[in-house]
Order: sequence, then structure tokens, then C-alpha cells
Amino acid sequence: MGSRSSRRRRPSGVGLTVAALLYAGFLIVLPLAALLLGVIENSGPTLRVLASSEAMGALSRTIGLTTTSLVINLVLGVLTAVVLVRDRFVGRDVLGWFTDLPLAMSPITIGLAFFVIVGRNGWLQPWLEPLDIKLVFSFPGMLLATLFVTFPFVVRETVLVLSEVGTSEEEAAATLGANPWQTFTLVTLPNILPGIAGGAALLVARALGEFGAVLVIGGAISGVTDTATTFVFHAVEERQLFAAYGMSMVLVALSVTAMSAFNAISGSLRR
Amino acid sequence: MTNALSPPRTIRAIAVAWVLALVVVPVFALVLQSFAESPARFWHAVTGRAAWDALVLTFVTSAIAATVNALFGTMIAWVLVRRHLPGKRLLSALVDIPFAVPTLVTGVVLVALLGPQARIGQLLGDWGTPIVFARPGIVLAMLFISLPLVVRMVEPVLADLDPDEEDAAATLGASRWLIFRHVLLPAIVPAIIAGWLQAFARCIAEFGSIAALSGNIPGETLVASVHILGELEAGDATAAAAMSVVLLGVALALQPISRALVTRSGAHG
Repeated sequence: MGSRSSRRRRPSGVGLTVAALLYAGFLIVLPLAALLLGVIENSGPTLRVLASSEAMGALSRTIGLTTTSLVINLVLGVLTAVVLVRDRFVGRDVLGWFTDLPLAMSPITIGLAFFVIVGRNGWLQPWLEPLDIKLVFSFPGMLLATLFVTFPFVVRETVLVLSEVGTSEEEAAATLGANPWQTFTLVTLPNILPGIAGGAALLVARALGEFGAVLVIGGAISGVTDTATTFVFHAVEERQLFAAYGMSMVLVALSVTAMSAFNAISGSLRR
Repeated sequence: MTNALSPPRTIRAIAVAWVLALVVVPVFALVLQSFAESPARFWHAVTGRAAWDALVLTFVTSAIAATVNALFGTMIAWVLVRRHLPGKRLLSALVDIPFAVPTLVTGVVLVALLGPQARIGQLLGDWGTPIVFARPGIVLAMLFISLPLVVRMVEPVLADLDPDEEDAAATLGASRWLIFRHVLLPAIVPAIIAGWLQAFARCIAEFGSIAALSGNIPGETLVASVHILGELEAGDATAAAAMSVVLLGVALALQPISRALVTRSGAHG
């Protein structure tokens, strides 16, 4: 770094810096500050609405969907990532392509895709009905949609780390007589944990905030399939703004906390 | 790659079965549903007045949002990489906030800030330029949700560039503009375009924030994703699926371009 006159020699861009900071400030800070202020100003009524059984039920459903998706997609996401990076077979690229597909889809489209299969005239209905399995307008249906929406995150982050780590340590372990399971748990897994945690951060944020897909497949029935986001949507429609802002704030707080926690874990593991 | 390191066959089978059941089957069903009746029906579902208006509105607003964010996102990336500011980590955290905020909440919050009941919203209404329940609101929501995509695309490419090249150009007497135009810009243009494409793809798919703040007026502020929900609620799953397939098709068509650009800009590092 040339300290002598680096300001003159390289584009210094004070104006550019100010413009970038103003843009980020107005676009991101201002709306969130407004939300925070609104909730603080009316904290009494807001807390009362949040303590209602409808609000608590919706929130617990969201948390249930998020944690279940996290557990399932952590396991299957890591497994899929290992197959994508370390396995060799015809169709592996196709598998990778389909793994990324949910990221390209609109939430509404995702809900619709499941509706086409398990909805009232859905394709699987002739098989599901005799078994008395009802997926549309139910928690399991919403779980399916959430699993779909959040599947790519852990896979992607794990794939990145897995290809970076390389295979030399695994080869050494195998040469020393470790079986594949030992090699995976003792050598591979510790190496890829930062990537897994990074993927979990994105997964949790997306699951907590998912709206369109669970709206379509769950139907947002109050007390049955209402989630935190559909609760906010109903509250806005019914002009119950305390409820809407309160639940929004809870979601933002949960999401930011979970995301920072997983990112912190990821960061400390990387070191 | 030794044989001992490839995962066992059962692992491969589980991964393939999971992706098949979770992703392939629903998407396949969606595509088949869109053509369930006839190609003419598909065509009509997409080019009918309301559907076409929704598509055009979605693509135009997404393109505007992606362009504005390509500009400001690049500036923010540059500040993050090249400026030594106190609180730069705060700025970096801010950029990721849209990933953490549920998109519906984004819409609700923007209504709270700029809606007709808010002070700023009243002023805007008096000036005759309402943002919420109007087209500018759609763009604003899209700006919020897609900013991190551009920043995180351009930032690593900028970080890989050697500042010495810029120094050398400056030593040779190049002006700031010349350095930017001939040294910096050519190196980061592929990443900027890739960021634009990702932002655009993210915006055309957006539902939650826009449903909350656009007012969803047919022919005026009704975007494609909200139109799909309307068709489904009206009991026309085939029309909804047709529109979905168009949106998905556009997003998928952009992917290879974006991927090629990422590879190209990676080669600079």
C-alpha cells in the first residue's frame, strides 16, 4: 500500500462512498428502524396480541416447520453434497441441476407444484385417500413445501467446502485402514462443518420467512395451518397493525439471531 | 479419485431418491399440468390480457430494480473491498440483512413507512407520487430483496484484483476516470452482469413483499406471482401452472449465462 499519496493515485471516491452508504442506509436501515420504533411505541398492545393463542400457535407452527426442515435437510443435504462432489456416475450433473432448481422458483410456483400432486384433484390423491393421508391444508404438506424451498442451501455451501478441502486427508485415512464411515465422521465431517453451518444459517432464515409456498399448500387456516408469516398477512388485511408489526418484529429478531448464531459457528470453525 | 473414497452405493441411492421425490416429481407435475388441456390453452393462459400485463409489469420492474442494484451494489462492493472505514463490518452485515428479513415483512414494513397512513406516505401522496400501492413500490421491494445478490457477486472479484495495477496506471498519469474505465471496469463487468442476472431472476420470482405493498390492482400493479395465486384461487390450476412455467423457464434460461460469467470473472483471480 503506497501510503504516500494513495488517496490521489487510486480513485479515492469519497462521493462514491457516501452514495453507497446512503443507499444502504435508506434502503435497509430506515424500514427496519421504522418497524422497531412502531413496535416500541405500542409495546403494550403489541405484547398482548402476541400472547394470544392464535399468535402463539402460528409462531410455534413456524418454529416446528423450521426445526424439522433443518434436521432433515442437514442430513440429506450433506449426504447429497457428498454424492455430488465425491461420487462418479452418469446423471450426477442432472442431480446437481435439480438440487439447485428450488432457488429459481417463485414461492407461489412451489406451492402450486405440490398442490398439483396432493391437492383436491391431485395426482397422488387416488393413492393417498384410501390411506387417509391428507397433505393439502395440513402441517405435513407445509413441511414438504418448506423442505423443498430450503433444500439447496446446505447442499450448496457444503459442496463449496467439500471441493475446497480435497481428498488427500481422506486418502491418508483410507490408507491407514479407516473404513468409509470412520473416514467420513473423523476426517471429512470436521472439515466441512463450517460449510454446513453456513448453509444452516441460510436455511433457517428462509424457513422462518417462507410465505407463498406455505400459504398455497397450507391455506392459512387460523388455528390449524396459520404460520407466523400468514398470521402477519391476515393481520394486515384485517388492519390489526399491532399484531402485524409485532409478529414481523418477532420473525426478524428470530431470523437475525439464528442466522448470526450459525454464521458465528461457521466462522469460528473455519479458524 | 480412488475407489475407496467414493461414497457407498446406498448413499447415492438415497440422494437420488430424495431429490427425485422432493424436487423432480412436483416440478414435473407442474409442467405437465400446464399443458394438461392443450397448447392453445397454455398460450391463452400466458398471453391473455391480464396475464400478459402481469408478465410485462414483472419483467420491467425487475429489470429496473436489477439495474439500480447493479450500480449501487457495485459501489457498495467497492467500498467494502477498497475503503478503510470504521464500521465497515457493520455495512457488510447490513448488506446481508435482506437474507434474514422475511420478504412479507419487507412489504409490511415498507407500507408502514411509506403507506398512506404514515407521515412520509402522506407527503408523497400530496406530491402526487405515491410509492406504496403503486408501481414504484414494487421496484422498491425488489431493490431491498435483491441488493445482497449483486454485492456478494462483485465483492470477491474486486477483492481478487491487484490494486497495484491501478497504482501503475495512476503512476503513468491516468486519470481516476480512465483507471476506472480501463483497469477496474473490464475486470468486474462479468461479475456485475452475473449479479444483474441473479437479481433479475430473484425479482421475477418475488411474491411476499409485493403482495403486501403493491395493492395488487389488475393491469396496474398485479405482478406475475400474485396473478398465479389469483388463477389458483379461481380454480384454474392449469392457467396458474402455465404462468409458473413461463417464469421458471425465464429464470432457468438465464442460469447458464450467469454461470459462464461467474466462471469468467473467477478466472481473473
